[in-house]
Amino acid sequence: MENNSRRGFMGKAFGAVAGVGAVGSLVAMKQTWDPLPSVKAAGFTNVDLTTVEANVLVVEKWRGKPIFILKKTPEMLAKQNDEQNARDIKVGEDSYLVCIGLCTHLGCIPAYASGEEKFKCACHGGEFDTSGIDILLPPPSPLPIPPFKIDGTTLVLGEEGEEYKKMKEAGVTV
Amino acid sequence: MAHFEKAKSIHDWLDQRLAIDKVNKVMQTEYWIPKNINFLWAMGMVLVITFMMLLVSGIFLLMYYQPNIATAFDSVNYTIMREVEFGWLWRHVHAVAASVVFLIIYIHMFTGIYYGSYKKGREMIWISGMLLFVAFSAEAFSGYMLPWGQMSYWAGMVITNLFSLGSLEMNGIVEWIRGDYVPAQAFLTRFFMLHVLLVPLAIMALIGIHFAALRIPHVNNQDGDEFDYDEESAKYLAGDTKGSKVIRFANDFLSKDLFVVAVYLIFFFYLVFWNYGFAMDPVNFDPADGLKTPAHIYPEWYFLWSYEILRPFSKDIGLMAFGFAQVIFVLLPFLDRSPNVAPANRRGPFAIWFWLMIVDLIALTAMGKLPPEGIFSTIGLYAAVTFIALWVALPFITMMEKKK
Repeated sequence: MENNSRRGFMGKAFGAVAGVGAVGSLVAMKQTWDPLPSVKAAGFTNVDLTTVEANVLVVEKWRGKPIFILKKTPEMLAKQNDEQNARDIKVGEDSYLVCIGLCTHLGCIPAYASGEEKFKCACHGGEFDTSGIDILLPPPSPLPIPPFKIDGTTLVLGEEGEEYKKMKEAGVTV
Repeated sequence: MAHFEKAKSIHDWLDQRLAIDKVNKVMQTEYWIPKNINFLWAMGMVLVITFMMLLVSGIFLLMYYQPNIATAFDSVNYTIMREVEFGWLWRHVHAVAASVVFLIIYIHMFTGIYYGSYKKGREMIWISGMLLFVAFSAEAFSGYMLPWGQMSYWAGMVITNLFSLGSLEMNGIVEWIRGDYVPAQAFLTRFFMLHVLLVPLAIMALIGIHFAALRIPHVNNQDGDEFDYDEESAKYLAGDTKGSKVIRFANDFLSKDLFVVAVYLIFFFYLVFWNYGFAMDPVNFDPADGLKTPAHIYPEWYFLWSYEILRPFSKDIGLMAFGFAQVIFVLLPFLDRSPNVAPANRRGPFAIWFWLMIVDLIALTAMGKLPPEGIFSTIGLYAAVTFIALWVALPFITMMEKKK
């Protein structure tokens, strides 16, 4: 009887030590797989908007992701509805689409068909209009707008400026 | 201290210490296999041999492969393919075996389904087998990342994105799996580790469990007959080898097994030397480029059926259908409500279910390879819906089945 309770105690003592160790190692293992600080601090991307031509897609790289920048033509703007206008970024007289160029279905990069004025994803056939709004399944949502700041005619990606905050509040960034 | 006697021979010396005679009996000469089986019962050994070829070719590839996003592509396509003597042989054996292993797995699986080898005591054989299928899928996927070509990169992007679980937008999990916002160095190195260490360890452990699960219920036979193994083996050992319904695993059964393996190996090396192209996608001979999606992304042939179940639906429904397809085969022993262990052609409506399932999987596979347009999308959608409907119907079909 006495032996049994001693064994019971030793078993529980081992269980406690092993439990603490197991939880500790899981925390360490989880965090070892987290993105490294150098990856997170990949920094900001500056884009000079003065060189962008209307209806010609510019693709910039930000945190390893492609960013689409499309300057709208006056004809496009004339046809736009409110939902589309809300996603435009205005710099001086010009309007731009700025969005993350990864299909919201499974992350392929849609191609821009300048003739048809829409983005077409080759993977599963999804389509987006010139404001990055999904117009053909399977993508469930518009192309997201990344955090940006307008600094004169320079677009700073990765920093949340006034314009971005307003768009985020209006719920048009995702 | 246990008692040991002076050994009469090396064999005796080993037997006293390791009981090798006893082990040989238990594992081989008195491990009993039914007589009424056919060549499909050799697929297990064919798989063991294919796995050994993957292991050996992988060991040689590992000596030159570099898991670095700057050098991985060239270490495969230049160093291994052009500089290393017989480097092409290891790569082609590895690529062909990785593809053919799935063909044999599917044959092995559907042999089990056809003959009802997953129920009445054989559930653990089926479940451990399906876990092996999952482990082999993980092994195939992680290995596909390593050459760091366009298909590696974009398959990695698409598959890891699945873990955001659709509209739940759990991008944190995706970034955690990748160790970056997009597949990059951290991603390549961790999938390299998974491919060469963790997943192979899991596969080897599962193979052990799969074999052990076979031990007590014994392997099924062509008629689903139940034997008294003690009685039949006693008959065999008493010299009535003709009257007994069983044979020894070794050398009786093994000799036939290895004959099938020999036929298979001729086919296998024909592919390795003359027709390896099917296992190497041309798109993957372009280095990975995060800013350029290939025109048409598709997985290797063995994943096409489940990919096609994902594709025709909207994102969330597609994901649910895909999740369903991934787990449903595991539940087969419990969804089949009939107690009969018999070949499908003697089980009435189940025979129709079996062949419809085969035709449907072939249709899904074919549509998965074609571009998602027009009639192909429509056929794909119907085939995906049929797949789900067949599984929903299975318990009812088998419940109505007459008891044998």
